[in-house]
Formats: sequence, C-alpha cells, structure tokens
Amino acid sequence: MTTAAAPGSGRPRVVIVDDHGLFRSGVRSELGDQVDVAGEAGDVAPAIDLIAQTVPDVVLLDVHLPGGGGQRVVAATRDVLPGVRFLALSASDAPEDVIAVIRAGARGYVTKTISGAELIDAIHRIAAGDAVFSPRLAGFVLDAFASMPGTEESKPAFDSELDQLTAREREVLRLIARGYTYKEIARELFISVKTVESHVSSVLRKLQLSTRHQLTRWASERRLT
Amino acid sequence: MNETPAPGQPAQDQQPVNGQRHQEHLPPWLAEARNRWASGPRTGGPLRRARDDRLVGGVMAGLAARTGLDVTLLRVALVVITLLTSGVAAIAYVVAWLVVPAAGETTSIASRAATDKRGIALVAGLASILITVLVIISALGAGWLASLAWPVVPCAICLVLIWRNAPADEQVILRRQAAPLTGLAEGGKPRRKLRIIVTLVLLALGISLLSIGHHRSAVLDPIGGVLLVIAGIVVLLGPWWLRIARDLALERQARVRAEERADIAARVHDSVLQTLAMIQRAADEPQRVVQLARAQERELRAWLFDGRPPGSITDEAPTVAAGVRHIQQEIEARYEVAVEIVTVGDCELDDDLAALLAAGREATVNAAKWSGSRVISLFAEVGPAQVALFVRDRGKGFDPAAVPADRKGVAESIRARMERRGGEATIRSAAGQGTEVTLTMPRAARRGDTASRPAGDAKQPAPSRS
Repeated sequence: MTTAAAPGSGRPRVVIVDDHGLFRSGVRSELGDQVDVAGEAGDVAPAIDLIAQTVPDVVLLDVHLPGGGGQRVVAATRDVLPGVRFLALSASDAPEDVIAVIRAGARGYVTKTISGAELIDAIHRIAAGDAVFSPRLAGFVLDAFASMPGTEESKPAFDSELDQLTAREREVLRLIARGYTYKEIARELFISVKTVESHVSSVLRKLQLSTRHQLTRWASERRLT
Repeated sequence: MNETPAPGQPAQDQQPVNGQRHQEHLPPWLAEARNRWASGPRTGGPLRRARDDRLVGGVMAGLAARTGLDVTLLRVALVVITLLTSGVAAIAYVVAWLVVPAAGETTSIASRAATDKRGIALVAGLASILITVLVIISALGAGWLASLAWPVVPCAICLVLIWRNAPADEQVILRRQAAPLTGLAEGGKPRRKLRIIVTLVLLALGISLLSIGHHRSAVLDPIGGVLLVIAGIVVLLGPWWLRIARDLALERQARVRAEERADIAARVHDSVLQTLAMIQRAADEPQRVVQLARAQERELRAWLFDGRPPGSITDEAPTVAAGVRHIQQEIEARYEVAVEIVTVGDCELDDDLAALLAAGREATVNAAKWSGSRVISLFAEVGPAQVALFVRDRGKGFDPAAVPADRKGVAESIRARMERRGGEATIRSAAGQGTEVTLTMPRAARRGDTASRPAGDAKQPAPSRS
C-alpha cells in the first residue's frame, strides 16, 4: 500500500470516537507514535465537543454510537470544521448505516479487523484528502448502485451522471472488493495509483451527492429485510 | 457487469458458456417453429453431434440441442425427407456425421479420415464396384432401381470412412449397432434362421410387387409392396432395434454413475481426506485430533445415514450470500484464519450455484491450509446472468503449472466440479504473491431467457418461457 504522508506534517492529529473503552485503548496502542492521538470520546455529544476543541486532522469514528450513530457526529461537525476528515470504523454493521455515515461526509470506511499498519496507512491517506474504501464498503457501494438497473429501457430524468458509476469505477470497486490494494489495482488495470485514487474519490463524491431515489430505496429495502 | 473477465486474463479464455454470447438472428419461420415445438433449452454455439441422445450418429440430437426443436420431430422429418427425396437426405445426414465434430471435440471424423490412406483406397474400390453393379442393373433394364439406389454409393463411402476413423468411444457404439448384421452371417439358432427366411420371403414378395407395380403404375400394388418390405425389415431388425434402445439406456446410466462417482470422490476429498491431513498436522495435540475426528464422524454419519452430503451448503443456507457467510463461519471455526467476505446482490441457490459454493469452499480451505495467509478475502457478485466468486489470499502462492496433475484438490474439487455444471474456474498464482481463484457460474434461471432472445433485438422480445 502506498503511504501518502499528510502534506505538511508527518504525524496527523487523530481523535478516536468509540463507545467501547477497550477498543479505544487498543487502537491507541496499535497506532503507537505513528499518529498524534489528541483525545478519545465515547458518545455523540462529547465527541462533537472534543472535535471542536482539538480540531484534529482525522476522526476515527465508530459507525454505531449510543447517541444516534456516527453520522450525527459528522453532520454536526462538517459545516463548522470542513478541514476535519472522518474515517468510519465498525465491527460488522448493516450496509445502510455505513452508507449513511459515508453520505453524511465520512471519507472512508474500514472494518475493525484491520491491522495496525493498515489503519495507520488509512489515516494518512484520509489526512491527505484521499478516500479509503475497504473491500466491504466497495461491496456495499456496488450493491447500492447495482440495484438500479442498467436494464431499464428508458433512462428516467433523475438518472444524472451522479447516479451512475462508470464502467471503470465499477471495475476499481470490484477489485477493491476482491481484496486488491490500490497498487495492485493500478498494476492490474495498467493505470497509476493516482488514477485509482481519483476513481475512488469520484465514487465517494457520487455517493455523497447523489439524490438518486434508488439509493434511498435500496437502504430502506435493506432495513426491512 | 456479468462479463468481466478476470483482469489480466485474455477475454477469450472465457468460453462462451451455454452460448450466452452467441448472437444470431433467426428467420421468422424458424423462430415461430421453435416457439411451437421447442422442447428444451438451446445450447447455442457451433453444431456438435450429441453424445447422450444419439440413435445413430447423434446429428439430429445435436441439431435439436442447437435449435431447441424437438429431437423426435427432427428424426421423423429426416426419415420423411429421405423417403421423399429417394435417399438424398440420407447422404446429407451421413456427410454431417462425417464433418461435424462430436460434442466436446474439436476435430471431425473427416479430418482424421483425410490421413487414412488405406481407408481411401478401400472406399475407391468399393465405390467402383457399387457403380459397376448399378450400371449393370440399369443395363438390364431396371433403371428405376438404379436411380433409387445411387444414394447408396456416397452413403457407403462415408460410412466406411466413419467406421474406420471414428474415435474409440464411437467405435464401440458403431460395433454394437452393427452387431446383428455381422451376427446374421454366423447363423446358429434356428429362430434366427426362421427369421431370415421369413424376411427373405417378405422382401422378395414386396420387391416383386413393387417392380410389377412400377410397370403398371397402379396404386394399390406398390403400397402393398412397401408394406411387405417394411414388414420384412421389421421382422429382421426388430430385435436388434430393441437391443439398441436398451443398450443406449444402459450406457446413459453408466455415464450418470461415473459422474456420481466423481462427485462422491470430490466430497470425500473435501471432508474425510482434508480432515485426515489436518489430523496428521495436529498429531501432537491430542485434544485437537479428537475434536477433528468427532466432527468428521458426525459429518460422515450425516452423509451415510441421513443423506446429507458433506460440504452441502444448500441445507444450511438458502441463498448465495448466506452460503458465503456459512463458508466464512465454517472456515474461521476450523482453521485459525480470518475470512473477509463481501457479497454484492443475492439469489437463491440451485444445484449449479451450490456446486459453485462447494468449489469456492474448497478454494478457501486450500488457502487456509496452504497459503500461510492470515486473511482470506471472499468476494461474491450475483450478476443478472452469472454468479462470480473470488477467493484471494496473500500467502505463499504457487506455480499452477508445477502442480502435479494427480493432485485431487484443484483438479477435481474445483475445476471439474465447475465444468460439470457449465461453470469455469481460473487460478492465478505466483510464488510469493498469493493466490486468487476465480469461479463463475451462469445462472440457470436466466439461461433459457438469454439464449432465446437475440441480443440487440429489443423490438421483438421472444415470448418468455419460464
């Protein structure tokens, strides 16, 4: 994996938001001195205060928080502090919750089984402004966009450019889902790592900006089952 | 989305499965005929002589599979056309037998016959004799008989070439079909003698009636003659036909049994042999050995007495995604590895998809046991026309070309299992770079639809036949 260091500083400032104290301390010790841990919070309201106080580069955010989920932390912070970036983290969560956090503004999602080295790398990439997609998130996104059919004969009016993934973006997502790193994807598709990153960022943008009603429908269908 | 070749693999590696990529535009009458008489799904692809449903050369069965028309209908049509054209259609049939490769083969009998010098010499001799006989017959004033008999010449030529150059398995069938003819010459049982005498009398009567009838051009006599000739043929060949029908059924059963055996071998490998290998590796941990043996015993009992085959995922999981989750749980419990799963889309399991999951499970077991990787990634994507499953590890890797052919795991449990069901398995690996197994299986429910709808012809959708 590429280690894209945050521009300007080698050690990004990080806040950890998770309701499990054990997990917070585990992450803290795994991160070691590779990042600067500015603080920890266990609930939505304290997390918002802590982020406002410390203004970190990256917030490690649990998808499930007792006070209403990680998405509320993102929603409350993103307009006030646009420089703070969020990396969502969870053990195993329903796709619609993960997508909700991403749509609220988080720039990536990884599972808690991630190794320390990979997490540090992900934090660096988030701090540098890239998007971080774990295989599972790639799967969720493919699923969400796949449920809208390309088979429909007529394209409805709301089906704008934002509501569809390009063939290349799908290809990249599929490779991520298969467990490929960006570097391996670049080699596989004969493109540069930068191009892979820009594809992923573009998918993230579509995910956040799309008003496609399929996306909502997909989420609600998921919730029902 | 369903046609993503594994990156780095040339796209032509992926054989068209059940002709899904085969595009064709049918004349309307044929489409109409198909809708009316179609009895089964079309396989599409190039015309191949069928192995399973053959009566003689398998041409009609192959044509039926190719067009979707009913095989009996085609056979009757062939016989009728042959009678109407006084044998010309029979030539077409035999030539097709000669030049169309059998299913699963790429070379036709004709291509082999081209190098058969003795066969060609024999054919030249036979043809000259037959032609001489025909010339003599017409010189004797029975020109109508010669004109009826001339299609025999090309047919005989082709049949000799087929007889000499057919592949081994077809030779067996040919020999059995010809057995009564060769057996007739031997004589032996009185009943057989009686049959021959009755036949000869009937034939003589019929043919003489026919020839008289020809001269008089009356209607009744020729019909009586034809009936007598047919009766003669039935008396002579009836028992033989019955035996052929019985043999064909037996042969089909034998093939089914062979496939069953292969399936059992794959299952035993997946369960018992894998467990024994693990017991050997864990020999110094008695607790673990006992645990493994217990689990295996339970599984084996369930198979032998309750009929639940080991590794059968269908019982535990009704859909693809649930099956993948089941694999994850099972492998994580049994081996000390993490299995990360990602699934996109979902559908219900049928036999084909269960085979896909069984092969995927086996690939995951291999990765857990041999790769040394701590994490195995499983990605399943259910597309509209096919289901793809990717099993990837970042372990040792191996050189796929260097694996001995007798290693059961990959060859039988993964590749053959997929191919028996019309799917495909690709394995990419290199020393030090991990392994990725790519499995694809066309979706059965969609097969008929996709095949019967000419691609790109949206204006005229075929009536759905689901």
